Amino acid sequence: MGTGRAFDEIWGHGGPDSPRADFAALSEWIADTPQSELHRRQQSAEATFRQLGITFAVYGDSDASERIIPFDIVPRIFLHDEWQRLSEGLVQRVEAINAFLEDIYGERRILSEGVIPAELILNNPQFRPEVAGIRPPHGIWAHICGIDLVRTGPDEFWVLEDNARTPSGVSYMLENREAMIRLCPELFRSFRVAAVDSYSDMLRETMRSVAPTRAGGGVPVCVVLTPGHFNSAYYEHSFLADTMGVELVEAADLVVDDDVVYMQTIAGRVKVDVIYRRIDDDFLDPLVFRPDSLLGVPGIISAYRAGNVALINAPGNGIADDKAIYSYMPEIVKFYSGSEARLPNVETWRCREPEALKYVLDHLDEVVVKLVDGSGGYGMLVGPTATKAEIEAFRAALKAEPHRYIAQPTLALSTVPTVTETGLAPRHVDFRPFVLTGSDGVRVVPGGLTRVALKEGSLVVNSSQGGGTKDSFVLLPEGGGNDQGQRQTQVQG
Amino acid sequence: MRMLSRTASALYWLGRYVERADFTARLVEATVRLDALSARPAGEAAWASALSVTYNADGFAASGQSVSQQPVARYLTLDMTHPGSIIRCLEQARNNARAVRTALTREAWTAINRLWLLFANRSSPGGSAATLNLVEGVMAEARGFEGAVHRMMRNEATLLIQLGAAIERADNTARLLDVKYHLLLPEGEQVGGVVDRDQWTTILQTVSAVTAYRWLYSDGLKPVNVIDLLVCHAELPRSLAACVEEVVELLNALAKRTGLQGEADRMARGRIARMQKTRSHEVLVSGLHEYLEAFIHENALLDAAIARQFRFI
Repeated sequence: MGTGRAFDEIWGHGGPDSPRADFAALSEWIADTPQSELHRRQQSAEATFRQLGITFAVYGDSDASERIIPFDIVPRIFLHDEWQRLSEGLVQRVEAINAFLEDIYGERRILSEGVIPAELILNNPQFRPEVAGIRPPHGIWAHICGIDLVRTGPDEFWVLEDNARTPSGVSYMLENREAMIRLCPELFRSFRVAAVDSYSDMLRETMRSVAPTRAGGGVPVCVVLTPGHFNSAYYEHSFLADTMGVELVEAADLVVDDDVVYMQTIAGRVKVDVIYRRIDDDFLDPLVFRPDSLLGVPGIISAYRAGNVALINAPGNGIADDKAIYSYMPEIVKFYSGSEARLPNVETWRCREPEALKYVLDHLDEVVVKLVDGSGGYGMLVGPTATKAEIEAFRAALKAEPHRYIAQPTLALSTVPTVTETGLAPRHVDFRPFVLTGSDGVRVVPGGLTRVALKEGSLVVNSSQGGGTKDSFVLLPEGGGNDQGQRQTQVQG
Repeated sequence: MRMLSRTASALYWLGRYVERADFTARLVEATVRLDALSARPAGEAAWASALSVTYNADGFAASGQSVSQQPVARYLTLDMTHPGSIIRCLEQARNNARAVRTALTREAWTAINRLWLLFANRSSPGGSAATLNLVEGVMAEARGFEGAVHRMMRNEATLLIQLGAAIERADNTARLLDVKYHLLLPEGEQVGGVVDRDQWTTILQTVSAVTAYRWLYSDGLKPVNVIDLLVCHAELPRSLAACVEEVVELLNALAKRTGLQGEADRMARGRIARMQKTRSHEVLVSGLHEYLEAFIHENALLDAAIARQFRFI
């Protein structure tokens, strides 16, 4: 697919000369700022990221154990009413994900009513019988969701993937905004942009709201549990703990005694109420999941089952964002909310079904094929840009193990103008907004992580595959001033 | 008050490693100068003593290189093969800082990361000018780190970093003096001669005390005065007396905030009581080397007591 016919979020279907009316100011800013200046600011942002150590590790790449993700300085912008509609869809979807998890690990109404084939759940490796029957504190499973979206037109958003386990990337949303405010303050005068820096406060409140009832009252003790500073997302773990003002712990810091989780401090043990764990289910508790895990805390699941600690997100959530379940999301949303899904899925062929497999094999040069259990852009075929050899390799793989694959049409992903070696050019983007669910309701942070495929025509936005990021502006409603009184600086003499 | 035991240990060692890197940088700087001033044999002795002060003499000898500026400066700054180089100290400091990022401010972390980035893609310290540039960079960024720590909240995190730095500083100054007194004087050289004078100046430079010396002693450069300054003068931040005082103050402040008090406090208070009675001419008479050896040993015992008291893991 060529970039030419995709919808550009700033330029619309026209070109640089006829931007969408709401974004004329951005086009002017681009025109008024020399290309070299854009480059300079971009480099300055990246230098800051390097100094802060906002790096990620690419697995299997020993030369570059610490890299920064390229940052593009041209922001993506959502109009206020676009965002309103999008938020409503996100809230509906995340409410349904929570209801689904509560049901699957409880009554299983959705199975008994035949909406989803039972074997698809019960035989799924992401289904965790170990936590069936446990009800997490306050009945919330997916406290933090990242919903990956793509766009094909002004109001055409599609959900590409749900992330209900431990979605990452929120630190980029926050750091990208800091960089933009510092480097391009003039843009914030042209556009009234909703602030994202309350995210950490919202997350802390969400964590506190789901704490088990504490004997003797007091503020719940919340911690972030990290696999350690060699993990590729360590920066984000420390960033979140830091901005929330809670401890960042490793497994060695925690002990479980009589179904209560404690952290070991210089003053002795302190009871922990809420754990935002950035360790996968498999490694969380060697007594319950993988016995060889060194990252986990023995006994933590037992403490969770006893209702003494809240785990964010709940173990077992993988069943809600599994790619095989994804294709049932419209039915899931309808089943629990009683109305049609506001955010549509991308049409998906389940290759386990013979009809679908036949269609996919006949159209390999048009579709995107994904591993059901793949992530990070690995194990993926983008038909229109693939070589003959790549297509044939996938054909063989599909025939051998069809159940491991799904396929989707190649969408004309929207583009946003992006700084390139040869000037500004449209590049394809996706979007991950973050949705928080506490005992007091569901909230969408006005912003998110925009990933951009820096290579011309490329649709793969993953950072491990050469993708970059952009800031994502959500505009505030028209009107409402923010005048500030002038003050005088005191000087000597 | 609830600081993780692992955090406490990492902060303390962060303070120690930055101080060690800074000290090694000062030592290299002063030795480059001494080398430039001296005739060949003395220059070699200067680099040999720099290796001894940092406990690197044996490791360097095993590497089979000649004792001269280029190889020794490289060994002390950016050699990754042994733990005594500046780059390895900074690596340790940065790993500790990374592990406790939440306990540091952004400024403090950025300073550590900037220190680390000084060495990115560097394989040689270069000639004298380039070497001086590198170690001056380390010193400047280390000052930036101290400044950032000084502007952190006055809580146990800050106190533990400073405690680690004070313990390390005491150790460094004692070792510097000890090596100078025994090894630095080439045989046949007259005490008080030109080379000797340059070497004592080197010591003062390593602990940033050249100007302080001039303020305090009006009668020219005398070893007994240098020892007096570096052992007994608490006004000089790198003197043993100052480090000993600082450790007591930091432990007091930590006890106030955490309620943790014990063996380490008793040892540190005992040390300060003895230090207040110490007179430098008596130390010289009874043996500076023995005095410094005992000091270094006691400092190591105090370090272990601190680890027990704050439940380091």
